[in-house]
Amino acid sequence: MSFPLLTATALAPAIGAVATAAVPAARRTAAKWTALGFSVVTVVFAAAVLLRFDTGPGADRYQLTESLTWIRDFGVTYELGVDGIGVAMIGLTAILIPFLIGAGWNDADPKEGETPQGRRWRPTQGFFALILLVEAMVIMSFAATDIFLFYIFFEAMLIPMYFLIGGFGDRAGSGDEAGQARQRSYAAVKFLLYNLAGGLVMLAAVIGLWVATNDQLGSGTFSLAAIADAKAAGELTFGTGTERWLFLGFFFAFAIKAPLWPLHTWLPNAMGESTAPVAVLITAVVDKVGTFAMLRFCLGLFPEASNWATPAVIVLSLVSIVYGALLALGQRDMKRLIAYASISHFGFIVLGIFAMTSQGHSGATLYMVNHGIATAALMLVAGFLISRRGSRLIADYGGVQKTAPVLAGTFLVGGLATLSLPGLGPFVSEFLVLVGTFSRYKAAGIIATVGIVLAALYVLVLYQRTMTGPVKPGLEKLPDLRMRELAVVAPLIALLIFLGVYPKPVTDIVNPAVEHTLSDVNKTDPQPNVTVTEAEGASHE
Amino acid sequence: MESLIGLLVAAPLLGALVLLTGGRRLDRAGHWLGTALAATSFVLAVVLFFDLLGRADGDRTLHQHLFSWVPVAGFQADIAFQLDQLSMTFVLLITGVGSLIHLYSVGYMEHDPRRRRFFGYLNLFLAAMLLLVLADNYLLLYAGWEGVGLASYLLIGFWQDRPRAATAAKKAFIVNRVGDIGLSIAIMLMFTTFGTFAFGPVLSSAAETGEGTLTAIGLMLLLAACGKSAQVPLQSWLGDAMEGPTPVSALIHAATMVTAGVYLVVRSGAIFNAAPDAQTVVIVVGAVTLVFGAIVGCAKDDIKKALAGSTMSQIGYMMLAAGLGPIGYAFAIMHLVTHGFFKAGLFLGAGSVMHGMNDEVDMRKYGGLRKYMPVTFITFGLAYLAIIGFPYLSGFFSKDEIIYAGFAKGGTQGWILGSVMLLGAALTAYYMTRIMLLTFFGEKRWQPDAHGHEPHPHESPATMTIPMIVLAIGSVGAGFAFNLNESFAHWLEPVTGLAHGDSPVGHGTVSLAATAVMVIGVGAAYLQYGRRPAPVVAPAGSFVTRAARRDLLQDDFNHAAFVTPGTYLTRGLVYVDHKLVDGVVNGLAAAFGGLSGRLRRVQNGYARSYAVSMFGGAAVLIAVTLLMRAV
Amino acid sequence: MSPDNYLYLAALLFTLGACGVLLRRNAIVVFMCIELMLNAANLALVAFSRMHGNLDGQILAFFVMVVAAAEVVVGLAIIVMLYRSRHSASVDDASLMKL
Repeated sequence: MSFPLLTATALAPAIGAVATAAVPAARRTAAKWTALGFSVVTVVFAAAVLLRFDTGPGADRYQLTESLTWIRDFGVTYELGVDGIGVAMIGLTAILIPFLIGAGWNDADPKEGETPQGRRWRPTQGFFALILLVEAMVIMSFAATDIFLFYIFFEAMLIPMYFLIGGFGDRAGSGDEAGQARQRSYAAVKFLLYNLAGGLVMLAAVIGLWVATNDQLGSGTFSLAAIADAKAAGELTFGTGTERWLFLGFFFAFAIKAPLWPLHTWLPNAMGESTAPVAVLITAVVDKVGTFAMLRFCLGLFPEASNWATPAVIVLSLVSIVYGALLALGQRDMKRLIAYASISHFGFIVLGIFAMTSQGHSGATLYMVNHGIATAALMLVAGFLISRRGSRLIADYGGVQKTAPVLAGTFLVGGLATLSLPGLGPFVSEFLVLVGTFSRYKAAGIIATVGIVLAALYVLVLYQRTMTGPVKPGLEKLPDLRMRELAVVAPLIALLIFLGVYPKPVTDIVNPAVEHTLSDVNKTDPQPNVTVTEAEGASHE
Repeated sequence: MESLIGLLVAAPLLGALVLLTGGRRLDRAGHWLGTALAATSFVLAVVLFFDLLGRADGDRTLHQHLFSWVPVAGFQADIAFQLDQLSMTFVLLITGVGSLIHLYSVGYMEHDPRRRRFFGYLNLFLAAMLLLVLADNYLLLYAGWEGVGLASYLLIGFWQDRPRAATAAKKAFIVNRVGDIGLSIAIMLMFTTFGTFAFGPVLSSAAETGEGTLTAIGLMLLLAACGKSAQVPLQSWLGDAMEGPTPVSALIHAATMVTAGVYLVVRSGAIFNAAPDAQTVVIVVGAVTLVFGAIVGCAKDDIKKALAGSTMSQIGYMMLAAGLGPIGYAFAIMHLVTHGFFKAGLFLGAGSVMHGMNDEVDMRKYGGLRKYMPVTFITFGLAYLAIIGFPYLSGFFSKDEIIYAGFAKGGTQGWILGSVMLLGAALTAYYMTRIMLLTFFGEKRWQPDAHGHEPHPHESPATMTIPMIVLAIGSVGAGFAFNLNESFAHWLEPVTGLAHGDSPVGHGTVSLAATAVMVIGVGAAYLQYGRRPAPVVAPAGSFVTRAARRDLLQDDFNHAAFVTPGTYLTRGLVYVDHKLVDGVVNGLAAAFGGLSGRLRRVQNGYARSYAVSMFGGAAVLIAVTLLMRAV
Repeated sequence: MSPDNYLYLAALLFTLGACGVLLRRNAIVVFMCIELMLNAANLALVAFSRMHGNLDGQILAFFVMVVAAAEVVVGLAIIVMLYRSRHSASVDDASLMKL
C-alpha cells in the first residue's frame, strides 16, 4: 500500500488540534502559530492530493484510495478515495483554514481587564484547536467512500462546531453580557439540535441501507465501491419504495446542512452570533458537506429516487434563491444579511445539482468553491469592521469609505463577488448553473435569474448604507485594514479574480467526476435543436 | 496584427490595476499614467484601423484567441476577440473620445484628493467597454457589459459621501441588472438552440431557426439594450446618473456606455432580421424613448439633466434606426459616432461652465456667459448646431439619414415613424436652443451663495479646452466626411448589410422638412427664452411641465409598482420567516420543552408518591397479564 | 387446613405493609412496613412451595431474607444519617431530589 495521502491530509489538522490544545495557557501566541503552521501543512498535503490526482482520460473515478477493514461484522470499512469533486472540496477547505486562523487571530483573546483564571483556562488554544478539529473532520467526510465512515464524521463535526458557536461570540450583539450569552447559547443549541435531528433521520436511512444490502448480498456493506459493483452486476436492486425512503432519509440530513428552504433557520442565528471566522467556517466549509453529499450519495446511490424527487427539489431550491435574497434585503444585522445571502446561493448550488446536466453539475461544484471564497472575503471584512465598531447593525455605520478606503474597497470586491460580477469567480459558476438548469427546465432557469437582480440589490444596499454617505458619528477615527487583515483578504480577492478569469484548472479536475455522476443518474445533456455550421472566418488562430 | 487586439484591452486594464492598487505613491503622476494608457489604446486602434483599410473588403475581420475560459462538457466559452468594421468603429470612438475625456479630467478633477482613483475607474471603464465591443462571443460580451455597469457604478458614485450620488449609482447598477437578466436569458436561449454563443456560428445559422425562438432571443437582447442604453422602460437611471463628475457624464452617459445597447442590436442584426416582431418592438421602444427623452429635456433646469434627456432621445433615434433592419443599421452607427462627438462636446462644455460657476448646475442661475467663457461658448455652440441638425454639420447628415430610413420603412408605418422623428427633431431644436439661450445669452443671473461667495466665471485651463476644441471639430466635420460617397455606410456594409428601402419622399424633401422643423423649434425657444429675460425661479408651469420635470413620473411609477410593494414584501417575509418558518421549529422545540415540563411534575421528590406509582404500575401490569390470560 | 388460607394471610399482610408505606411519614415505620411486605411475600413463597411440593419457593424465601437483612443494614444507616442531618425522620422532608 502506498503512502496514505488522504489520511495524512486529514490527520495533519487533527494532530495540529492536539498540539495547539497542549500549548500552555500563558503562551497564547505560540498556540496561534502552531495552529497556523499545521493548517499550512494541511495545505501542502492538499496540494499533493491535487497533483497526484489524475484527470487524464481513462483515469479511475476514485483515486488515492485506501481501504482497511474496520468493523467486520457490520461490513464497516475504513475506505477513503476522492473524485474530482472531492479534490476540489478538500482544496477549498485546506486553503480557507489558514485565512480563517489569520482573520481570527485575536478573536479568542481574553478581554481587557479579564485575568486568566488559573492554569487550565485556555480559550485561545481551544478556539484554534476546535477550528483545526473541524477541518480534519470535514476533510474526512469529503474523502470517505464508506457511508458509515462518512456518517460518523458528518455527525461528529457538530461537536466542535457547537463549542465554536456557543463559546466564542463576536462581542457585538445587542444587549448586555448575559443577553449576548443567552443568544449565543440559543444559536449553538439550535444548530446542534437541528443538525442532530437531520443526522438521526440519516442514521435510520444508513441502517436501512445496510439491511437492504444484507438481505440481498448476504452480508451488509457500507462501501460505495461494493454497492456500485453489486448494482452493476445486478445483484442489488432497491425496490422503488425502499429507494425513495432511503433517498429522503439522506436528503433530509443534507438539506438541513446545506441549508435548503424551509430548513434554513438555524443558519442566520449561528452565523450571526459566532465570530466572523467561525461564521465562514459554517457556511463556506461545513455546509458544503451537505451539498457535496447530495452529489456523491443521493445521486450516486439512489439515481431513480433522485430523478423522482427532482421537481420538488428544484422548487425548493428556487424558493431558497428568491426567499433568501428577499430576506437578506430585509435584514438589519450585516452578518445575518450575509447568512441569508448564503441561503440564496445554496439554492443555486442545489439547483445546479438537480438540474442533472454537466453544466449544472460542474457549475454547482465550482459554485461551492467560489461561494466559499467569496463569502469568506465578504464576511471576514465585515468581521473586521464589526470588531472596530462593536456593532453588527447596519444602521450604526455610514461613510466608512471616507475613513477606511481600503476596508471599503475590499468589502466592495467581496460584495461584487457575492452578486456574481463577471471577472470574479462566482460569475462563472452561477452562469453555468443557470445555463445547465435552463437547458432542461426553462421556467426554473428564468426564475433563478431573478436572483441576480436581488443579489445586486442586497449587496449594493448594504454597501451604500455602511460605506457611503457622510461619516457617522463615532466612526471618524476608524482605522483602516491592518497588515494582518490585508494579508488575509488580499489573497482571497486574488483567488476570486483568478478563478473568474481562468477557472480551467478547477473545471479540468471536476469534469470527469461530473461525467461519472451524470452516468450514475442515467442522464445525458439536452442537445441543441440547431446544428451549427462553423461560420467562415470564425476559426481560431 | 491580430495580437494587438488583446493589447487594446490590456493597456487600460493595466492602468486600472496599477492605479487602484498602487496606493498614495501614485497620487502625483497617476492621472498622467491613466491618460497615457488610454492614448496608447487609441494609437493601437489607429494602427489597426489602417491595417484594416489596407485589406480587401471581405478580409477585414481579425480574430485573436487567447485561451479557453470555461471549458465544461458541451459548453465552450473562450477569451477571444473579433475585430471587424463594426468593432473598429466603436474602438476608435471609445478610445478617441475616451482619451480626450481623460485629458479633460486632468484639469477638471485637479482639486479632488481622490483623482488617482478617478483615473483608475476611467481606465477600468475603457477596458470593459473595449472588451464589450471586441468580444467574439456573447458571454465575453456579457462580461464587458457588466464590467461597464460596474465602472459606471463606481464613477457615478465617485463622490460617495454625497448620499444622492451613492443612491444614483446603486440605482444605475440595479436598473442595468434588470436589463442584464435579458442578456443572460438570451445567451441561455442561444446555448439551448445553437449549442454555442459565439458570434460566428450563432449569427450565421440564425436564419435556419424557428422565428419564435429568434423573437424570444431578440426581445431578451432588447431588454438588455434598454437597460444599458436607458430606453423606456428602463430609462430611469440616466437622469440620476448625472450626480457623477461631469467627465463621467460625457464619457459614459453620452459617448460610449449608453451606446452599447445599439451595438448589441446591430451586432445581432442577423437575429433581428429573421424576427420581424422583435424588430417592431425595437422600433416602438426607440420611437417612444426619442419623444420621452425630448420632452424631459425640454423641462429640466439642471443643465446636465437636460442634456441627459437629450441623450436618451438621441439614442432613441439610433435604436429606432437599428430596428429598421439593414436600411437603418449603418445609419444608427453613424449617428452614434457623430452623437459621440457633439454630445461629448456638449457635456464637456457643461462641465467647463460648472467649473467656472462653483459647480452650479441650474441654468436659470447662468446667463450671459459667452463673454466670460469664449472658448467654451464657441465649442458648445458648434456642438449645439450639430445636434439640432444645422445644415452641413454632423447631426444634419446622420439624423436626416435616419429620418429618411424611417420613411423608407414604407406604408403607414413609414409615415408614422417619419413624423415622430420630425417631431423629435423639432423638440431637439427647442430644448437645445433653450439650454443655449439660458446659459450663454441674456443677462447674468447668478447670485452669491449661502457663504456670500459670488461665482467668478472664468475660462477653463488648456487641458479642458483642448478636448472641447477637438470634439467641436469632429462635430462640425464628421458627418460631412462620413457622407462622402456614403463611405461610412459602405465601410460597415460587410457586417451590417445595407439596403436603401423604398421611400415615398425624396432625400431632399426629408432634409428640407427636417430643417424646417428645426427652425420652428429654434424659433419657439427664442420666443420663450430669448426675447425676454428668463426668471431665476422656475414658474410653476402646466401639469405636463411639472410631470416632465419629474421625468414624466417614471420614479413615481417605479416606486409605486416595485419599490413600495417590494419593501412590504421583504418586511412581510422577514416576519413570516421569524414567526412561521422559524416559528414551526421553535414551536416544535417548545412543544417538547413543555411536554417535559409537565412530565417533570410527576417527579415531585416525595418517596411515597413514587411508591404509589410503583404500586399502581404493578397493579396495572398484573391486571393486564391476567386479562391477557383470560383472552 | 387448606394452604389457600396462608395465601390470604400473606395478601392481608402485604396490603397492610403497602398501606403503611403509602400512608405513614415516619421513615422507621415505612421501613418496618417494607419488612412486613417482604415477609408477606416470604409467607406466600413458602405456601407455594408447599402447594407445588418442591423447594423452589423456600430457596427463594431465603434469598428474600438475605436481601431484607442487607436492606436493614443499608436502610437503617440511611435513616440514622437522615435524622442526624435534618433532625427528622419524615420521608416527606427528604424531597430534595426533585429539580
